[in-house]
Amino acid sequence: MELLCPAGSMPALKAAIEHGADAVYIGLKDDTNARHFAGLNFDEARLKEAARFVHQHGKKLHVAINTFAHPDNYQRWQQAVDIAANAGADVLILADIAVLAYAAERYPKLERHLSVQASATNAAAINFYRQFGISRVVLPRVLSMQQVRALAKSCEIDLEVFAFGSLCIMAEGRCYLSSYMTGQSPNTAGACSPAAFVEWQDNNGTLESRLNGILIDRFAPNETAGYPTLCKGRFNVGNDTYHALEEPTSLNTLDLLPQLYAEGIKSLKIEGRQRSPAYVAQITKVWRAAIDAVMSAPDDFKVQPQWQQVLAGLSEGSQTTLGAYHRKWK
Amino acid sequence: MQFSLGPVQYFWPKAQMLQFYREVADSDFDIVYLGETVCSKRRELKYEDYLALALMLREAGKQVCLSSMTLYEAPGELRELRKYVDNVEFLVEANDVGAISMLQQQGLPFVAGAAINCYNQHTLRRLIGMGLTRWVLPVELSGQWLSDVLAQGVIADVRDCFTTEVFSFGHLPLAWSGRCFTARSENRSKDQCELCCINYPQGREVSSQDGTQVFVLNGIQTQSGYRYNLVNQLNTMHNTVDIVRLSPQLTGTFDWLAKFKANLDGSAPQQLSASDSNGYWLNLAGMATG
Repeated sequence: MELLCPAGSMPALKAAIEHGADAVYIGLKDDTNARHFAGLNFDEARLKEAARFVHQHGKKLHVAINTFAHPDNYQRWQQAVDIAANAGADVLILADIAVLAYAAERYPKLERHLSVQASATNAAAINFYRQFGISRVVLPRVLSMQQVRALAKSCEIDLEVFAFGSLCIMAEGRCYLSSYMTGQSPNTAGACSPAAFVEWQDNNGTLESRLNGILIDRFAPNETAGYPTLCKGRFNVGNDTYHALEEPTSLNTLDLLPQLYAEGIKSLKIEGRQRSPAYVAQITKVWRAAIDAVMSAPDDFKVQPQWQQVLAGLSEGSQTTLGAYHRKWK
Repeated sequence: MQFSLGPVQYFWPKAQMLQFYREVADSDFDIVYLGETVCSKRRELKYEDYLALALMLREAGKQVCLSSMTLYEAPGELRELRKYVDNVEFLVEANDVGAISMLQQQGLPFVAGAAINCYNQHTLRRLIGMGLTRWVLPVELSGQWLSDVLAQGVIADVRDCFTTEVFSFGHLPLAWSGRCFTARSENRSKDQCELCCINYPQGREVSSQDGTQVFVLNGIQTQSGYRYNLVNQLNTMHNTVDIVRLSPQLTGTFDWLAKFKANLDGSAPQQLSASDSNGYWLNLAGMATG
């Protein structure tokens, strides 16, 4: 079982490798990947450097090219594939059918994983993408553990699941909420609820967060104010004001680790390319210890309180959830 | 330019559905999409009922397509999808690539619905090779984006092999989740939802704390708070759009069809209401109005 960690910069990548990641995933410095944030990601030279560092340590480098190519500059997505391939990436994480096909034809020996942004939630969808020679599928965070188990049993392909980090509650790759409010979506711009549209306003002690002018949440002085991701705001429905879609909380699957291991899940992905090197280091350390524990004695696995303590401290609103893996969440 | 009626997105009781489609049979719609696209627990109408409606509508001169679901998670749902694929009479609208996979294996043509991620000419060309005969533009894309795709040389030689369709009226389907938000709004879990979405025939409105309509909850689907309305953009669509889709409304669907038809050349523009938007088509935020 692989530990796959995020990196938005060289220091984060080094932190991940030095703290026990088996592989690291990164993106290029443009809108060809789903974490297109200012100050983040790798240009061509840095990508080569990253590949060298990762390979010196005997680990693997995955490069995410997982937005959907635009009609007027499709070449940029092709070039991203070329750059990653030439830099020595071990794996491409892809979502667009055309980009998948291009990579399969141009670099048939370079491993291709189906990005979560391709939104393959069922056996028939996974079957569809097999025609592009994918060797692994990253599952969307809408499936229950029971559904993950069913896929693991029925699909002869490696599965990767999200283990920890920010929780997308919608089927990824088919969520247009962000472009509805801001004009930019993960699919088209590589960003959800982009920072450029965020405003904060203090109204006599009540802090208001807005996204492109739309009020996402109001925080009393004693409340912790979270980033205004539009699906995690408090809105009015009927006579109630509440988190109509989801609370600000992070996914944490430590409790499920023995089950994921038993089902042969190939890789655990940690979300968070936008996070600091210190965050990546702490998260990686905990998950390395947890995966080592489950692999050495799966039947005796116990979640250590200190692991949970570290993870809770690194979570949105200090809250974690099993998300859709746990049926009750739905 | 033809006009299509999309699938009913909400959960309406059977009698209401049958009455609605009797009116559709007498309407001016050219194309009708039938089927449950949101949640497999909604079974007021079963596959056989939809097929009976399809035959009735075809008899009335409509071209009928069967719309399949968007989010498939369970093996049982795929078995239901298989029935749609195996029907020999009607074209199927795929809203998940799983459906395309099954249709492709059977060598059947298909409509790629708005939730299929076809964003560029190269993907479009691949899908045409798999059997796509109609492309419904993803809802978040603009008229300019559509023109840009259609202008590319890479699809020039297959331009006659498919038609284009644009979701042009109704609350936009924007997201699908493992979670049921209507059940959540009634403090129920999805497993104990008791099909409470049947009580919200237009979905449940979500507004910001200062009163802006932001979303509509429709089971596991989240829709736009505003009603998308391209009635005043029709005259810009003639070169790129073959089919204009209207989404069924609780009331007024056929009146709006008349308004759309009257304004095909832009000669009978409509005043949009404060809760209408047209931003996506104009390359703005979806909820904006240009």
